[in-house]
Amino acid sequence: MHYCCFLNKRKTNTLKNCGFWSKVLIHIHQNVRSIKQLEYAVLARRANQIQKELSQGVRKPYKELIDVCWGDPHSMDVKPLTFVRQVLAACVYPELMSSHKLPLDVRQRAQWLLGRCDGGSVGSYLAPTGIPEIVQRMSESIRSRDGGVPCNPDNIFISPGSQWSLTNIIQVLVNNEAPLRTGILTPVPCHVTTIMSIKSLGAAVIPYFLSEEHGWALQVEELQRALESAKGGCNPVALYVINPGNPAGYVQSRKSIQEVIQFASEKRLFLLADEVYQDCVYGKNSEFVSYKRVLAEMGPPFSDTVELASFHSVSKGFMGECGLRGGYVELVNLDPNVVKYIFNLICKDSTTPVLAHFAMDLMMNPPRPGDPSYPLYNQVRNNMLVQNVKTAHEVVNSLPGFSCQPVEGGAFVFPRVFLPPRAIQKAKEEGMQPDTFYCMRLLEEMGVLVSPGCEYGQKEGTYHIRFCIMASQDIIDQVLKRLTTFHTKFMKDFS
Amino acid sequence: YFQISLQCAVNGVPCRGKVLTVDNMNPNVKRVEYAVRGPIVQRAVQIEKELREGVKKPFTEVIKANIGDAHAMGQKPITFLRQVLALCSYPELLEDNKFPEDAKKRAQRILGACGGHSIGAYSASQGIECVRQDVARYIEKRDGGIPSNPDNIYLSTGASDAIVTMLKLLVCGEGRDRTGVMISIPQYPLYSAALADLGAVQISYYLDEEKCWSLDVAELRRALNAARQHCNPRVLCIINPGNPTGQVQSRQCIEDVIRFAKEEHLFLMADEVYQDNVYAEGCKFHSFKKVLFEMGPEYSSTVEMASFHSTSKCYMGECGFRGGYMEVINMDPEVKTQLTKLVSVRLCPPVPGQALLDLVVNPPQPDEPSYITFMKERTAVLSALAEKARLTEQTFNAVPGITCNPVQGAMYTFPRITLPEKAIDKAKEEGKVPDMYYCMRLLEEEGICLVPGSGFGQREGTFHFRMTILPPTEKLKVVLQKIRDFHVRFTQEFS
Repeated sequence: MHYCCFLNKRKTNTLKNCGFWSKVLIHIHQNVRSIKQLEYAVLARRANQIQKELSQGVRKPYKELIDVCWGDPHSMDVKPLTFVRQVLAACVYPELMSSHKLPLDVRQRAQWLLGRCDGGSVGSYLAPTGIPEIVQRMSESIRSRDGGVPCNPDNIFISPGSQWSLTNIIQVLVNNEAPLRTGILTPVPCHVTTIMSIKSLGAAVIPYFLSEEHGWALQVEELQRALESAKGGCNPVALYVINPGNPAGYVQSRKSIQEVIQFASEKRLFLLADEVYQDCVYGKNSEFVSYKRVLAEMGPPFSDTVELASFHSVSKGFMGECGLRGGYVELVNLDPNVVKYIFNLICKDSTTPVLAHFAMDLMMNPPRPGDPSYPLYNQVRNNMLVQNVKTAHEVVNSLPGFSCQPVEGGAFVFPRVFLPPRAIQKAKEEGMQPDTFYCMRLLEEMGVLVSPGCEYGQKEGTYHIRFCIMASQDIIDQVLKRLTTFHTKFMKDFS
Repeated sequence: YFQISLQCAVNGVPCRGKVLTVDNMNPNVKRVEYAVRGPIVQRAVQIEKELREGVKKPFTEVIKANIGDAHAMGQKPITFLRQVLALCSYPELLEDNKFPEDAKKRAQRILGACGGHSIGAYSASQGIECVRQDVARYIEKRDGGIPSNPDNIYLSTGASDAIVTMLKLLVCGEGRDRTGVMISIPQYPLYSAALADLGAVQISYYLDEEKCWSLDVAELRRALNAARQHCNPRVLCIINPGNPTGQVQSRQCIEDVIRFAKEEHLFLMADEVYQDNVYAEGCKFHSFKKVLFEMGPEYSSTVEMASFHSTSKCYMGECGFRGGYMEVINMDPEVKTQLTKLVSVRLCPPVPGQALLDLVVNPPQPDEPSYITFMKERTAVLSALAEKARLTEQTFNAVPGITCNPVQGAMYTFPRITLPEKAIDKAKEEGKVPDMYYCMRLLEEEGICLVPGSGFGQREGTFHFRMTILPPTEKLKVVLQKIRDFHVRFTQEFS
């Protein structure tokens, strides 16, 4: 399984003598190789080509491409929050603080943040665990979010993004010297980056299927089945959940979270709770409640013993600042000796950008009623997304051949598409997954880029597409219009 | 743990230990140490806290001369860079006539390359294309016209991120075939930490203190041959200008290293983050790539190499932005595909850092409005560093028991200290490595934080410390004097 480098050594000696030069860097660790090439890569290549053709004036049924594959709000015309950007600009170029064009609360916040930096500059290194006063405020926010459940700032570790934190924690969990490979239970469907992180560290993915018919519910019996299936093949150490979901837009109920916690406790699994979409909840009857809160409210023995890592980020929610690269993990009930090693690991890393750390403060301590920036800050954002979700869900469900579970939260719509057998056949002929084929056709004919369900995993014989609804209303309207036209024709053509 | 067992006994739940313990966690993570932020820094932070709480000490502040953080030590940011970054953060400022035209132009160009014209959008994993193009042009100009392909440029979260990524790609094999990586002693502890983390074999080669820390190929050969017994050496890392030693390698030396790498079939990693920090008369920065190509096609078409640069050092000192890149030369195309896959797991480097890098490689030109101020500021920073380098060497060499090689480049001095036998014994009694004991005493008595030489590696029986030359000149003079006085006292105490 591993490429052994002794091959390289022997080759070197004989080939050197033959005058044939072989590369030093040929043999790559299996972990890196095992990261799958994305389906998206195929679609992206074609999209780039089409983009070129469009700029060369080639006639197409559309004037521009719309890419709604990624959870990247700003690239889909969602505007950055003014308060956030004003504060960051003032921190970057403090001369702006003397300008009265910036509201008072902006200037005060920028001053406070800069005052916490070594040398009063955003150009100095952050301490690996962040600026203590900011992390303190973050912990107070978390406590407030969780209805008073205490939050110890020493258990918060910042990073350049939630995936970065997740990779660090998984790294600590993975033991490549153990007889069996480390395994991590992950949902199907699951967004790609997590799978890539797990595989790149040499761990095994143990898939558990979410139940589409039940609104993508997480069922304990299925967790049990998945765990059973791993017996003898790998050593399950952790259970990864993402709530609200990605790609499927569920929001777990309190009861569901309790069941998962009980399961993790019983089976001695480390809980990895990815909660980056906690601010993106739309369903009327849905409410985000954190794993940490539920755990605490369950009381002992669970609250004292279940080991949990919760992840959050500045990339999603109202801010959508994906490009800043900021996130954190909060650790609950970990062995303090292990936490010491995690600290060491993070010291070596030490790479959270200062602006991202500031963004965490702005996200978790936004303007309050009475602050000059509050009215503008409070406007619009959530309403727009709720509208997008409602519209997208309605339109998609109205099309024969589509079926979409309620989108209660998250950034995406993940409808099931019932592909006609002839379309499946055509896809096979073209050497593509059926839903990739659907996406490719959609791209060609309507200039809309969405991602195929096979990218995330799905039940055998089912097909889905995923597209992001964290976009301007105009973009969503366009996408739905083009999708409707395309889908109707596609179903007719392949009936 | 006792409390938990008690609780368990009370609730009738079977008692057990943690899921994640130091015994079952990733053994590699336990081997990671990072001296620059190690125990001495932790103690420094504690002392700062005590000072804030009003505890009386023989000093009023802790001077952190342990980390290469220019802004933390009072170095001012370059105005032009911060103006463009502020414009990128809050584009409404483009209307503000206080900003010069060339800054606005740069900001508009960068924003035009970002999704939705926002630095908050994800960029391509390899980095924004136009920034990579600008980096390639910069490299071509620096290297006298030798072509640089933007596809071979990978932007990263600081140079450290790129270094670790390359090592991940290079390390493979088991047992005797485990990848061996040659690193200089003394070395920048990121390398040893990364190697421990990846479970790679560290192959140490000693720099020659008697000859101004120069690199000797005979020593490379000795280290390599010894290493072949127990691992598969594949990589040679070199830092030029050096950290902690500050030596600037001669052109001849670089040629010798390249020749050695070719003969011994090694992948070269050239860490060149201090390329603008060259002070000594007669010293000049020669990029590895330039020398490689000037050695002719026999070398330039075969030796595989990665060079690293960053926005954290030189005249910018913008550590907090996490900007950097690597250029890969002669990499196997299939390996490049793997590399591209690997960087996508991290999504993308921080966009503000990418923007900053673009400005560093695309500074104001003589015909632009910001040019004069820019050059003035840049020259001031570099000439101050040169002066401090000279002052440091002079002061330390005048102290009996301290010898200091010339600080030819980079930002540090790594003087050798003679410790009395009795001091070494005292250190052993306290369970400390002698130079750690020395540095701890210096911290407690004078509030100056340095890093002991043991954190970087040194020849057996020798002791050193690393100090940065970053404090402002007047403060540096005080620091040098205090260290001098401490050393004399210390020597007397243990005579």
